[in-house]
Amino acid sequence: MRYLEIYIHIPFCVKKCDYCDFLSFAADKETQERYVEELKKEILQWKGRGDETVSTVFFGGGTPSLLPGGWICAIMEALRERFPFQEGAEITIECNPGTLDAEKPAMYRAAGINRLSLGLQSADDGELCLLGRIHTWKDFLESYQTARAAGFANINVDLMSALPGQTYVSWEKTLGRVLALEPEHISAYSLMIEEGTPFYARYAEDVKKREQGLACVYLPSEEEERRMYLQTKELLQRYGYDRYEISNYARPGRECVHNCGYWERREYLGFGLGAASLLDNCRFSNTSRMEDYLRGVRSAQPAQRLSVKEQMEETMFLGLRMMRGVSMADFAETYGVSMDSVYGDVLSRLEKLGLVRTAGGRVRLTERGIDVSNYALSEFLLE
Amino acid sequence: MTDQSRIRNFCIIAHIDHGKSTLADRIIEMTGLLTSREMQAQVLDNMDLERERGITIKAQAVRTIYKAKDGQEYIFNLIDTPGHVDFNYEVSRSLAACDGAILVVDAAQGIEAQTLANVYLALDHDLDIMPVINKIDLPSADPQRVINEIEDVIGIEAQDAPLISAKMGTNVEQVLEQIVEKIPAPGGDPSAPLKALIFDSVYDSYKGVIIFCRIMEGSVKKGTPITMMATGAKAEVVETGYFGAGQFIPCEELSAGMVGYLTASLKNVKDTRVGDTVTNTERPCAQALPGYKKVNSMVFCGMYPADGAKYPDLRDALEKLQLNDASLQFEPETSIALGFGFRCGFLGLLHLEIIQERLEREYNLDLVTTAPGVVYKVHKTNGEVIDLTNPANLPDPSEIDYMEEPIVSAEIMVTTEFIGPIMQLCEERRGRYLGMEYMEETRALLKYELPLNEIIYDFFDALKSRSRGYASFDYEMKGYERSELVKLDILVNREEVDALSFIVFAGSAYERGRKMCEKLKQEIPRQLFEIPIQAAIGSKIIARETVKAMRKDVLAKCYGGDITRKKKLLEKQKEGKKRMRQVGNVEIPQKAFMSVLKLDEN
Repeated sequence: MRYLEIYIHIPFCVKKCDYCDFLSFAADKETQERYVEELKKEILQWKGRGDETVSTVFFGGGTPSLLPGGWICAIMEALRERFPFQEGAEITIECNPGTLDAEKPAMYRAAGINRLSLGLQSADDGELCLLGRIHTWKDFLESYQTARAAGFANINVDLMSALPGQTYVSWEKTLGRVLALEPEHISAYSLMIEEGTPFYARYAEDVKKREQGLACVYLPSEEEERRMYLQTKELLQRYGYDRYEISNYARPGRECVHNCGYWERREYLGFGLGAASLLDNCRFSNTSRMEDYLRGVRSAQPAQRLSVKEQMEETMFLGLRMMRGVSMADFAETYGVSMDSVYGDVLSRLEKLGLVRTAGGRVRLTERGIDVSNYALSEFLLE
Repeated sequence: MTDQSRIRNFCIIAHIDHGKSTLADRIIEMTGLLTSREMQAQVLDNMDLERERGITIKAQAVRTIYKAKDGQEYIFNLIDTPGHVDFNYEVSRSLAACDGAILVVDAAQGIEAQTLANVYLALDHDLDIMPVINKIDLPSADPQRVINEIEDVIGIEAQDAPLISAKMGTNVEQVLEQIVEKIPAPGGDPSAPLKALIFDSVYDSYKGVIIFCRIMEGSVKKGTPITMMATGAKAEVVETGYFGAGQFIPCEELSAGMVGYLTASLKNVKDTRVGDTVTNTERPCAQALPGYKKVNSMVFCGMYPADGAKYPDLRDALEKLQLNDASLQFEPETSIALGFGFRCGFLGLLHLEIIQERLEREYNLDLVTTAPGVVYKVHKTNGEVIDLTNPANLPDPSEIDYMEEPIVSAEIMVTTEFIGPIMQLCEERRGRYLGMEYMEETRALLKYELPLNEIIYDFFDALKSRSRGYASFDYEMKGYERSELVKLDILVNREEVDALSFIVFAGSAYERGRKMCEKLKQEIPRQLFEIPIQAAIGSKIIARETVKAMRKDVLAKCYGGDITRKKKLLEKQKEGKKRMRQVGNVEIPQKAFMSVLKLDEN
């Protein structure tokens, strides 16, 4: 039997946020409806080996909660029609405050969805406005309470630090407000200024300055950003959240199984516009062009078969994002060669620099290694 | 046998950007050799690089047929000359192959320093000069002012100069007629012993060296045994011909007055130096043509492959380039920071940049180039004199009696409002003021003597920026002068980086050292630890900057299983690291080694 994690992409938003470079956009009701029809078709027509069992489902976006609740239920039905589900499978839906009415959470529950991820980003209305978000802190609070009332016992809250104009104090306020709600899971990312976004036009100069360690005009300085980051770690850990991945914190047993799958290289299958998959060590993606997708076109590019070398690289640079690191025994078992024979030089170099630590048969990033994770992880790319 | 009276050998001289290549294109187009469709934008410049930079690097020639209004057909041999001071000698040899010159002057800008330099060079070669006023289509064109300027400044008749727009094709016909009327036909006795001037040569892998020459006397054809009088190389002619547009067209014989090419199974352009005289081995001429000289490299720098394993590739590439470029010199050298590479000599900074770009583009080499320097003469206490091309080879100060540096005579043409800033620039660069001449009310020609090492850095850029682009500049080598020079060393993380050392005037050392440290601070990305950057003379530290340690790089979101993006980011990071040089514990980006060049930015 083969366990599959399923990702469902819902690319629609009320309005695109100014920092966002994900595949998402506003669209009219008719396009949304045709899209969901096409999505169900894609699910039902998928041809596998026949022994697939779904272990997790993740509705991501965009804003999946933008769609009428019934449509999400219909997609779930299509999935259940096509695949058997593992007992207790984790089924997550991403929701944005302002799109979640009183009925939707209950409908999600009825469809078997058992985890809800709420995009808050900040508890400060001024910062939310600056990000181009459509909701306030109060909207979020209502959504959160509706979800709890509907019986969601596993809720994630997405937060972002290092926002323009954000201070150590306002970030602390955001953390405090969220901790008071006691969500099971918190994702806390640093804002990245991505090319092609309105934010890039506004803040690219600042990013350059920050990279050189100079004072910024809008963005928090490097020192301030670092303080926020240290504070996040300390505060969340004090409140009983375990940091299990670079930017993810969870109460014991509440780690997001689906996302761990990406980092541990479990197989997953993506449905919908631009959705990525990993099956049989092949990576492939659906087309990102809506008009093509609606015409029944699926892939835009041929699947990329990963060489053993590429698989090893992924095992390392993805696995090391997890705090528990990568098991040397697992590596040897998977690839038939020891980690040392492939990465001995890299490991000893990074260990000397204090960026990784080997203990108990596992390799982990140290705190310093996490700080400069791009630097450290890039070392695992082979020639 | 072609009637000499129907041949016109000429070149076009102009300041850069005054439209030389465009006029050449029009002449070729209008003489009917090519259809408009066949015309590439600029036919004469057939190296990609030339087209992109919009300048002509090596002299070339083209032969076209013009049917004049008198009903006769004339052969035009248009010899293209390089338009940069680096190639002054090649220009002079090209001019020597001509009987006349078309002087193109921009109707808006008028005479520039390079225009003058080229005109004087042409007059030195007794060429008849035929002025043409170009770009009359520009709104700011003032042809009459320019005509007067030509008459006043150069002293040649210009009232009937064709007023043209080479770009639009306006009045180019007049230029063609005037070529027939005003450029003299060549002379020379076809039955005299062979005497031919080499004005260029290129290497072709099938034909060997192809010699571009002007037959001054006698004739040459297949089977003629020839001797290069200066290099002494001997061979037998395999093929003679003339220059079609972009191709070689063989012909029976070349005789006095003609311009063409010959091949003789020669394997190396070193044997066929520009300016040398070709003669018949069995029936040699009495005297070689005057003006030959062996050109010496003026500017040197180290060139290293970014990937040490590519050292043999770099050597092969340099050898191949040298086949076509006798003025390129190189010899192996090693650097502690950069590994194995070559110390290369060039005619000037432009020549250096061209070679560097060709190595990168045509030979796909990733290069690290060290700061260019000039040749210093080091007089040692034991009486020995060494030519120093690499700062690393400077003897211990105790062994040095004194040092000399090369000096150039420079002419700078500038509008009067910028005289102040330009003089200030020349003073800053240790210039010695020789004098100033007013060309007209608003423009002056400044004469200075400047140390060569002050102008190979960013002098030209500084000149342009301080005159808002209006100053033009020309120079020639004058000789060597005694000077107070010191070697400035750069220490990165307390280790001396040999490839960053340079020789500098003692009085400027402190300033340069400080700027160098500032520049390197910007160029060296932050690393896991703090890095001090210091400038030192001997054991004395004269400047210091610090690159702060990297605190944190961005924690990227890894989303929706799109691993490819994450991996691309890491690959970019890794690629960045590859383009660095490991010096001790520090990774130095390759472009930092050139940063000494841009010290005067901002």
